[in-house]
Amino acid sequence: MLDAILAHYNYWLIIILMMIGLYIVISRGNLVKKIVGLNIFQTSVFLLYITLAKVTGGTAPILTGKPEIFSNPLPHVLILTAIVVGIATTALGFALVVRIRESYGSIEEDDILAAERAEEEIAVKEALS
Amino acid sequence: MSLLFEHMAALQVAVPLLSAPVCSLLRGGRQPWFLALAVSWFAFFASISLLIQVLDSGDISYHMGNWAPPFGIEYRVDAINAFVLLIISGISAVALPYARLSVAHEVDPRRHGQFYTAYLLCLTGLLGGTITGDAFNIFVFLEISSLSAYVLVAAGARQDRRALTAAYNYLVLGTVGATFFVIGIGLLYMVTGTLNITDLAERLPPLVDNRAVQAGFAFIIVGMGLKLAMFPMHTWLPNAYTYAPSTVTVFLASTATKVSVYVVLRFLFTVFGPSYGFVGLTFEYIFLPLAILAMFIGSAAAIYQTNLKRLFAYSSVAQLGYMVLGIALGNVAGLTATVLHLFNHALMKGALFMALGCVALRIGAVSINGVRGLGREMPWTFAAIAGAGLSLIGVPSTVGFISKWYLILGALENGWWPVAVLIVASSLLAVIYVWKIIEAAYFGAAPEGRGPVSEAPLEMLAPLWLMVVANFYFGIDADLTTSVAGKVAATFLGGGS
Repeated sequence: MLDAILAHYNYWLIIILMMIGLYIVISRGNLVKKIVGLNIFQTSVFLLYITLAKVTGGTAPILTGKPEIFSNPLPHVLILTAIVVGIATTALGFALVVRIRESYGSIEEDDILAAERAEEEIAVKEALS
Repeated sequence: MSLLFEHMAALQVAVPLLSAPVCSLLRGGRQPWFLALAVSWFAFFASISLLIQVLDSGDISYHMGNWAPPFGIEYRVDAINAFVLLIISGISAVALPYARLSVAHEVDPRRHGQFYTAYLLCLTGLLGGTITGDAFNIFVFLEISSLSAYVLVAAGARQDRRALTAAYNYLVLGTVGATFFVIGIGLLYMVTGTLNITDLAERLPPLVDNRAVQAGFAFIIVGMGLKLAMFPMHTWLPNAYTYAPSTVTVFLASTATKVSVYVVLRFLFTVFGPSYGFVGLTFEYIFLPLAILAMFIGSAAAIYQTNLKRLFAYSSVAQLGYMVLGIALGNVAGLTATVLHLFNHALMKGALFMALGCVALRIGAVSINGVRGLGREMPWTFAAIAGAGLSLIGVPSTVGFISKWYLILGALENGWWPVAVLIVASSLLAVIYVWKIIEAAYFGAAPEGRGPVSEAPLEMLAPLWLMVVANFYFGIDADLTTSVAGKVAATFLGGGS
């Protein structure tokens, strides 16, 4: 049992990282921290791809003419794309947080929800009057 | 000319993608809108020609950059994705003539270049995710469309600042969904060593009992379930649709969730297959109860809304329930209903959100009390809401009826008559919320202090009525849509797995 865990220690670390990220997204009320959680979550997936590309004894896939074992380069390329997507997501997320801060004066979910609820109540009252 | 048709599959995606940066360079005036319109019409033309090619001479396999699959990226067009491409580009082609006045009213004029750039990128992502035959490519294209969709939703902030928080929540949940999808793809790649969908389908059968394959399947379904707003993962949808600019709501409500439904269909039936034990189980124990809950909770929540955009957003959650229900039935009639409803729901919600955009142009907010008495002042707009509303309920001679007819046939074929009863019962809930609007608009007294309101301009009414007429036309003459949908369902259940 312990051997099985140790032999796949990289996967266990990735799963722990994944859960930390997802937990932060769910539990934190601070909008910036949520994005940080999202980043950790995405990074764990990048590591998952990188780790599955590793071939024991393999080197970087550069053709030198000598017979060598190469690591699989395809997941690396895929993850390069995913990293770009991740950066775009983070940038857009922070841009939205800046705009939210400008119009609500807070980046705490509770404050924002309270402000929205107050607005909603005014709208309903106006609608009913 | 033949060269053009030979590369139609690539042009379908490349033209919107390449015109997006051009659009961002255009400033002010009508230019960005005109470019987006021209590109949409080209995409519509391309998707029609692809559908004709597929129906005439079978599936198209286009090798990107002439690299043969499974090493290169393959664009694979068959009946189902040609049909979904037609829905996306068709809605875009109708929505853009409508967009000019609505966007001019709701979005900062200095931002029009960027707005239409985001729109074109969203279109690119949706078309690309549909046409591609490569699993990782689906993720990349869906993220292109989602990222631009977040921007488009946030563009509603000029009207209501809640658009920002709606876009933020959409971003967080959308990214979690996409990341789940990538984990799933990674697990499948780990075991099979391929990303090409056709290749995956060939290599998976001997690996059915592999735990990584089963976990990958679960990750893919949950990830896409988030993107398609499958109940109870729909929480991002109502606010995003409510606070986005009207044109964006029209476009996203009719296309974005449909592409996710398509991806789920693709994975369920082409990559995996209902004959795999763990896939069959999800139909009955996960899709069926969630679909029924979506139908009732979505409709019930819609009844209590005062904001009309949010009302129809909740109704979308219910309608997505019908699509998932069709999958859960697992027979040809049920799947036909799902594929048909992709098209039919795009027509209904396109028309309804367009009509609400007309109202928003004239009176600003679209609350149930705000529209009191408007039926007399905006007769064409509200006649359109009534017409599309009938279709949403599923009255005979509308498209809504055709979808529900096949759903009920599918339920009866399985001997699940309580499900058939529930389909009818949930349609009655739709009667309540549609009637609420009709009653307010036609029988309510105008609120005090509202001056005379003029009818929406012809430029917006014409696309709106085109959609309403399509709701009735395809409800009476359903040959084209049902034959394509039936063909798709038969291939999925016959040749699949």
